[in-house]
Amino acid sequence: MTEATETKKEEAHDYRRLHSYPLIRHTDMPEEMRVEAMELCVTACEKFATNNENAAKMIKENMDKKFGSSWHAIVGEGYGFEITHEMKNILYMFFGGATAITIWKCS
Amino acid sequence: MPHRVSHPATRNPRQGGPGSTVGAARGNARVIQRRRDDDDQTEMGDLGDEFLQGRTLVKPDDQLELSEAELKEEFTRILTANNPHAPQNIVRFNFKERTFKQTSSVEQIAIHFALDGNMLHKDSDEARRQHARGGAGESHSEAALSEVGEETEAAAEEEGEKEEVVEEAPKKESLRNQFNFSERASQTFNNPYRERGTATEPPPRANFSATANQWEIYDAYLEDIQKQEKAKEKSKQVPAYKKDDEKVRKKLTPTETVTDDISRVGRASKIIERMVNQNTFDDIAQDFSYFEDASDEFRDQEGTLLPLWKFSYDKAKRLAVTSICWNPKYNDLFTVGHGSYDFAKQGRGMLLFYSLKNPSHPEYVYSTECGVMCIDIHPDYPYLVAVGFYDGSVGVFNVQEKAQGAVYISTAKTGKHTDPVWQVKWQKDDLDNNLNFFSVSSDGRVVSWTLVKNELIYTDVITLTVSDIPAEGPDGTQLQLLGCGTSFDFHKKIDYLFLVGTEEGKIHKCSKAYSSQFLDTINAHHMAVDAVRWNPFHPDIFISCSADWTVKIWDHNYSHQPMFTFDLNSAVGDVAWAPFASTVFGAVTADGKVHVYDLNINKYEALCEQSVVQKKKTKLTHIEFNPDHMIVIVGDDRGYVTSTKLSPNLRKLPKKKKGEDKPPIDPEVEVAKLDKILSLVREPDTQDQK
Repeated sequence: MTEATETKKEEAHDYRRLHSYPLIRHTDMPEEMRVEAMELCVTACEKFATNNENAAKMIKENMDKKFGSSWHAIVGEGYGFEITHEMKNILYMFFGGATAITIWKCS
Repeated sequence: MPHRVSHPATRNPRQGGPGSTVGAARGNARVIQRRRDDDDQTEMGDLGDEFLQGRTLVKPDDQLELSEAELKEEFTRILTANNPHAPQNIVRFNFKERTFKQTSSVEQIAIHFALDGNMLHKDSDEARRQHARGGAGESHSEAALSEVGEETEAAAEEEGEKEEVVEEAPKKESLRNQFNFSERASQTFNNPYRERGTATEPPPRANFSATANQWEIYDAYLEDIQKQEKAKEKSKQVPAYKKDDEKVRKKLTPTETVTDDISRVGRASKIIERMVNQNTFDDIAQDFSYFEDASDEFRDQEGTLLPLWKFSYDKAKRLAVTSICWNPKYNDLFTVGHGSYDFAKQGRGMLLFYSLKNPSHPEYVYSTECGVMCIDIHPDYPYLVAVGFYDGSVGVFNVQEKAQGAVYISTAKTGKHTDPVWQVKWQKDDLDNNLNFFSVSSDGRVVSWTLVKNELIYTDVITLTVSDIPAEGPDGTQLQLLGCGTSFDFHKKIDYLFLVGTEEGKIHKCSKAYSSQFLDTINAHHMAVDAVRWNPFHPDIFISCSADWTVKIWDHNYSHQPMFTFDLNSAVGDVAWAPFASTVFGAVTADGKVHVYDLNINKYEALCEQSVVQKKKTKLTHIEFNPDHMIVIVGDDRGYVTSTKLSPNLRKLPKKKKGEDKPPIDPEVEVAKLDKILSLVREPDTQDQK
């Protein structure tokens, strides 16, 4: 019995490590854009692991540069949202086991 | 002052529009002329006939249509001295009063031309000064003055034609220079500006909403990990030979949820097609599953065949069904080969895959140049189909690959038969794990084909010699007469043993090991043997049918006489054992009837003799029992395949035990059943007349 509980605890701590790969939840971007955006998000979150605001800032500025104005980015661990986005310009993904990133374009 | 202006149409043609010049009249086919009034007809004598001929009175399309009275109407125009371009309400800011004030009167003057002259009044100061300075040059200046005067006079004349107010020329020094420089300036025509504006549609927008919580994230990751594990497991279960062992039509494409190309519609449309078919043929589908002929209880020794779906394909309508084969893996999929039995009318062939779930259109269609005579599906790889053609070649089709034709095909060089191939059958993989199959043909050879990499390699297994005495050839050489093989069948248990039926009516029992000799020869029929089949349960019994109207059952230990003989009143096209019982078999004849026998119930007569086609002249060519369902498919020479359901009397099965879906078909019980029947027949001394 103790063994079972131990493994469960390990699993509970482990999931953060196991679930840290980027997982796209919803997107309708074309393939190239999606890959680029995803990599940008991962880079930003890794760079500003402690500060969500700076991560979001980096994401938004870079997306504006690459794909035109104007982008919006949200990086956080607990929020709900309802947004209007231009078609083929939204990405909603999870990363790092606990962070959710939403980016969309709407000028 | 009112000034009369008559209708523009009556303007002098000489001064008329651009089209009315002589050159234009000559050159252009269409000359836009103004209508001339008779009054204005001026002299045209010089221009003469040429001009007249060239002229054509063409009305421009957009000219007003007016009646004569309207044309004579005179319009009055009043000309005033007001400048039409001058604004009527100029408002200026008055700095004294610090308000906007409207100027009371607006200048109506429009200056069209202004030229600064250089004439001086001789009594003016400047003139006197010049006079004093240039007393010597007086005469010169006078001349100059007179010149200037002339110029100004000429200028004045010009000005006189137009409205003008000459400003007083300020005094200028008379120029002694011969060359009077004068400034000229002109204004080019500035194209008028136009404003154009459009409003574009904004890029399309969509709404999206979601919640990002810790538990949502956790759940999503768990799901994803599970999916990945499943995918890994599937990829591990891959056999060595082929990458994907599943049939093409059941393939699960990876979820590419983002791309919205047409391939995703394919799978959905297939499902919908089947749904539509099921709805259309709803009654047949219900019959297939649930209908049991109730009247069978009252008719002990009779049964019926309930007709179900009828399969036909447009392009195969004129081709006879030459072979049918059920798929070993998917029990609702069957393959039909189309060709022609007629020697004179040979055309192309078709290979169609039908599913019971979609009776209106075949799942796969392959078109071949030559008629297909026989097919066989590999028991382990249900996507490989061996095909024998009328021209003697054999081929292998791979349904999974998108090839249009056969993946392998044999040619004259690679040992194809010289006569139509009547039957092909897959064998177990040989020692090198290569696939191989056998074929029998009218040229008297039974050939084994092996698929090695991309080729078909053949080996003659046996040649069907007719008699032991070789015949004398024309040169005195000795020829072996070859019989024509029409069908063969391999024993279920004993690997090397097989039977070959020939056109002469003989059945040879052969072994794969011996290539020149038969183990046994049976004089079975008077005409060609159309089909030979081993009993699926009993190891000694086989059945044969022939064009001599008979179906005979043999025990290969007692080969001199058949165990049973049945006369069917018409040439028998095919005979097949039922897979669920050892004593049931079905036969089809050229008069369109299907005969079903159950030896357990009635040893002499058919339980069912039923015509399943509409026209009497249709010959039925093949029959096959479905291994799982209680249905039989029958092919005819018009290209139709009809499926029928066996009534309960025809399919007596051992009783179901409680809790079991399908009654187990115990082979031993079946064998025992058949043995019992045979023992009645087999008495060597007291044989009944059958």
